[in-house]
Amino acid sequence: MSNVVIRVENLSKQYKIGAAKHRHDTLRDHLAESFKSLFGRDGRRSSVSGPEDTIWALKEVSFEVKHGEAMGFVGHNGAGKSTLLKILSRITEPTAGFADIRGRVSSLLEVGTGFHAELTGRENIYLNGVILGMKKAEINRKFDEIVSFAEIEKFIDTPVKRYSSGMYVRLAFAVAAHLETEILLVDEVLAVGDVEFQKKCLGKIGEVAKQGRTVLFVSHSMATVLNLCSRAILLRSGQLVHDGPAESTIKNYLAYHSSKSAQAFDNNPERSGNGVVQLVGARILNEVNQAASHLVAGRAASFEFRYKNMTGERRRTNILFAIYNQLGVAVSCFDFSLSYGLVERLGSGGVFTCHIPNLPLPIGQYYVNIKLEVNGEEADLVPNALVFDVDNSNFFKSGQTPQLRFCSCLIQHTWTQETEPEPEPGLTTRSIGEN
Amino acid sequence: MSVIESELQATKLQPIADISVIRIEPSRSWLAVNLPELWAYPELLYFLVWRDVKVRYKQTVIGIGWTILQPLTTMVIFTVIFGNFAKIPSDGLPYPVFAYTALLPWDLFANALNRCTVSLTGSANLITKVYFPRLIVPASAIISGIIDFAIAFVFLLGIMLWFHIVPTWGAIALPIFLLLALMTALAVGLWLSALNVRYRDVGHAIPFLIQIWMFLSPVAYPVSLVPEKWRLLYSLNPMVGVIEGFRWALLGKESPDFKLIAVSTAVVVALLLGGLVYFKRIERTFADVV
Repeated sequence: MSNVVIRVENLSKQYKIGAAKHRHDTLRDHLAESFKSLFGRDGRRSSVSGPEDTIWALKEVSFEVKHGEAMGFVGHNGAGKSTLLKILSRITEPTAGFADIRGRVSSLLEVGTGFHAELTGRENIYLNGVILGMKKAEINRKFDEIVSFAEIEKFIDTPVKRYSSGMYVRLAFAVAAHLETEILLVDEVLAVGDVEFQKKCLGKIGEVAKQGRTVLFVSHSMATVLNLCSRAILLRSGQLVHDGPAESTIKNYLAYHSSKSAQAFDNNPERSGNGVVQLVGARILNEVNQAASHLVAGRAASFEFRYKNMTGERRRTNILFAIYNQLGVAVSCFDFSLSYGLVERLGSGGVFTCHIPNLPLPIGQYYVNIKLEVNGEEADLVPNALVFDVDNSNFFKSGQTPQLRFCSCLIQHTWTQETEPEPEPGLTTRSIGEN
Repeated sequence: MSVIESELQATKLQPIADISVIRIEPSRSWLAVNLPELWAYPELLYFLVWRDVKVRYKQTVIGIGWTILQPLTTMVIFTVIFGNFAKIPSDGLPYPVFAYTALLPWDLFANALNRCTVSLTGSANLITKVYFPRLIVPASAIISGIIDFAIAFVFLLGIMLWFHIVPTWGAIALPIFLLLALMTALAVGLWLSALNVRYRDVGHAIPFLIQIWMFLSPVAYPVSLVPEKWRLLYSLNPMVGVIEGFRWALLGKESPDFKLIAVSTAVVVALLLGGLVYFKRIERTFADVV
């Protein structure tokens, strides 16, 4: 008896994308449009299809999942993560290859699938539960638990159309959370509800994973994958590029980010904006004003952005950039207008420089998205324009910083310690020093 | 430890070798009609029907009254125009009963077909997010019409009482004709609902189609009005057999032409089998095109 519960072999899925109705400025628009026409209401009219009109959403993907494993899937939009889950949950058929699944599967690709606005909370629990594959007797048994998890006891006999969106989502997740199948496929459904409830949902999924059931989990949040999954698979353009422990897969995913930054300004498919003012270069300077890609926490650093005003007119302009850590969390945003208002005179070109006196970033890798706004419109957005490492620190005396799991920025602080008064007189107060 | 947790433990300890393996691969067979699978989801079918019925008359003033109002007003209008003005014969029966008895299965059929045709597109959010045998969706749309039928049927008994008409022993055969009406709706509905996923034109054409179909069925007039030489062609329309059957079973009109009913039934069976095969064949693409 092998304990492999899911075996996927050479799984491929091809989609027809149809003739583009209008030109797309970026690949992201193009893909978004393609997928819209695939799943949207006007996709059915596409009759022309040559080899260039098809796209492999998934190509020759093979892997195995063992019983009780929590497996994460990471990758950019359109990498094939959701297509994979759709095939595994039997919503759509693969074009080639196969997957063997041992055990009852339930898929949560969305919260509240099949909810009907006119029905009451009670009625929707039954309807949704049955749609997700529960038996009526099972729902009867868990009914009270579901209601109390969702915290909607008072409104259980109110039509859900009168619910606040928070209540609606809580109820929907509560039903899903009480599924008892051996294999659970989850697609990013946690990005809903308020923060408190999100934490509760995450906890519930973590519990499920610990109970020895198999969980396949798709997410954009590296932190969540790291928390919940022992193993992770990285997909890129439909292909499996890495399969291993969650940390190593995430590292691999982020390394790709940094390799892309080299071409951030020339050949960045994710770049967008109307282009009236454009960024032409960006660099990071360390505390002695030398260009650097490695910085030290606690020392000074500057970010320099060169721009060109394409038409030379007077424009009301703002520049802002955000620093993301390697878990994909935005650490902070630096917005010119928040301190100085909008820039009225741009000239034909120039440089913006942002100076940070005391870099408060824990050791790790970071990337920077830059955005120029002109007259309130997006003129140029460059994702992953810069990548840098913080590999040393003098922020704290030890030269170390806390783990990224618990910390996304460093805050200046002091400590004191007092001991309980000893039998002998004399109170000891020891200052452990600043920082 | 709560009951739930101990159950989870039980799930965990279950030897996985006992669980059957599902293989997901591109389907090759064109005739992959897996009917037993349909019965693996009886509760889903039940709840979808229940939802349809429950939601249908929510937030309406006269609620369930709509189920009677529709055949009743049609009956009144037919009686005035066809019965009184045009003097269309009604096989010796009072025209209102004659018309209402036909409107009953007709409305059942027309409403079921209408709902069935748009059922898949209406459930797009389900189809793209969860797996279940897709056949359940059109099937539930058809079955949910029976409740409306039952209510309108009770009303018919009232009308019959008013006109002093006693049902004959033929009434025992009524379920057969009811089933035939439902099968007709399902047979045509399978084709149209599947086509509607890809070509929304079908949804636009359906009210028009149903209107024409009614004039080709003996709702407002008796079959005896159709010239003898056209009868066989006429009875290719399965609703001819259904309506004739209803009038015979309930009103004791002289026994119907069983040859007509046999032809109607054969047509329905052929349409239904074809519909099932077609539906199953393109079912796997629903999630991608809907």
